[in-house]
Amino acid sequence: MKPARLSLVWLGAGVAAVAVALVLGVSLGPVSLPPFEVAKQLLGFDTGLSQLEVGIITQIRLPRVLLGLIVGAMLALAGGCFQGVFRNPLADPYLLGIAAGAGLGATTAIAMRADQAIIPIVAFLGAMVSAALTYLLGQGRNLILAGVAVSSFLAAVQTYVLQRNVDTIREVYSWLLGRLDTHGYREINLLLPYALIATIVVLALRRELDALSVGDAEAASLGLHPQRSRLILLTAAALGTAAAVAVSGLIGFVGIIVPHIVRLLAGGSYRSILPLSVLFGAAFLALVDLAARTLVAPGELPIGVVTAFFGAPFFVLVLRVTRTVSL
Amino acid sequence: MAIEGNEILRGVDLDIAPGEWVAVIGPNGAGKSTLLRAVGGSLSHSGTVSFGGTDKAALSRRQRARIVATVPQHPVVPPGMRVVDYVLLGRTPYIAPLGRESHGDMSIVEERLSALDLDGFAHRRLETLSGGERQRVFLARALVQSAPILLLDEPTSALDIGHQQEVLELVDALRREHQLTVLATMHDLSLAGEFADRLVLLANGSVVASGPPAQVLTEELLQHHYRARVRVIAGDFGPVVVPIRA
Repeated sequence: MKPARLSLVWLGAGVAAVAVALVLGVSLGPVSLPPFEVAKQLLGFDTGLSQLEVGIITQIRLPRVLLGLIVGAMLALAGGCFQGVFRNPLADPYLLGIAAGAGLGATTAIAMRADQAIIPIVAFLGAMVSAALTYLLGQGRNLILAGVAVSSFLAAVQTYVLQRNVDTIREVYSWLLGRLDTHGYREINLLLPYALIATIVVLALRRELDALSVGDAEAASLGLHPQRSRLILLTAAALGTAAAVAVSGLIGFVGIIVPHIVRLLAGGSYRSILPLSVLFGAAFLALVDLAARTLVAPGELPIGVVTAFFGAPFFVLVLRVTRTVSL
Repeated sequence: MAIEGNEILRGVDLDIAPGEWVAVIGPNGAGKSTLLRAVGGSLSHSGTVSFGGTDKAALSRRQRARIVATVPQHPVVPPGMRVVDYVLLGRTPYIAPLGRESHGDMSIVEERLSALDLDGFAHRRLETLSGGERQRVFLARALVQSAPILLLDEPTSALDIGHQQEVLELVDALRREHQLTVLATMHDLSLAGEFADRLVLLANGSVVASGPPAQVLTEELLQHHYRARVRVIAGDFGPVVVPIRA
């Protein structure tokens, strides 16, 4: 008899997926490079690549692919975490209004021409306020509807802020559609500390998330502090979301698609859903970004458009096949 | 064990001996479930509850969960969770907050599952089980808590008459085997009288009668507190309560 632990097979598959996404993402683009050579270069071996090609890898493509990996990991982890915390299969940073809160914070910061390092902090505050609002309004009633209401309200405020600051509208708009735009490793340095904290905290509490799935009263009778655990998990996941949103804009549906696929493949325990969401979320977004920048080359699709294009139909599918959707 | 509640429960003073089975009966809204939740700890309350002389308030949640295990009336069935993982949740008070289950935890889970005839269900998803099977799984989760006190809130309300008897016989066997103290709320008065050592009749938040089944299950008391017309017949294992039409 085996408990639902993270299986080594799936862990290996996740790591492999990340490796494939990394190598493909770095190899493909306007100048295609041989993937095998790229892999060798990334591992630090000597290769026959020219100085220019090495520059393309390390200065242009690698930061962007890494950013895609980290943002994807954050959004998927946060989605899986929210689904557990709210015991709702549809919970994700977007439906709960948390991304909208982070978005409003970031929009305001951009409009005020704040320093880039300030943006994640303001986005985080926005995320926490909106998470609290959604939770209070939807408590015991209808969380998703509360999230929709909070999102709409915050979107209205955001539009107002935009209208008052037309000079930054282009920048904000391109950010709203989601983008993985890098200036060397600046974005990564900005995001990484928050991403690490969020990942460590959420993964440390993943077994507790399973116990919370029996509801607060029963979890308390098992010796847990459900409210305290929820608050910690929610704060950590909102922090990760906010940091990701601050650097990459609004990229929807990753938080729903990835944890659900992982759940279908590797079972319903958060002990495997959460770590695998990190890995597959990372690989997924890096590959989506690859599609976004190569499908209409030399142009580029906003990555949020690509995830929504695949995410929305998938979302409907989840709605139809999930037996116990508690809206 | 002493319980003194207020508001919903007033002046409830109850002592339960180790190994005893006490059934709490009473009309809807009398406060039976509230009493159980106060004892089990999922409800903050005034008054004191103590286990073997230790005040509940002095115990941490984990310590308390090693002493009292609860089977709620309608346990949440987490979607997609397998029986073995669900039952393992009962070991939560023994697993370090950031740790994982030990071999000892798993062998207790396996032992209890097979004691409840659930070996074949271990890898089934909980929501695919029938009502009777689920009730055994809920019981298994409470039993792996290895707590000397077992609280059952309407343990048979979702079951047909055969499964009701099966589950109660099982609880009684487990109680004898593990010297458990059982405090259960029960709707079926005849079954309560047959299985419990002692009945406590709650009405409007107060204890109005307490004692062996034959003393509590009387036509007068049931008529007065349940507003029920019943006939009480002496049975082999206790009084049998039969509803009578007007």
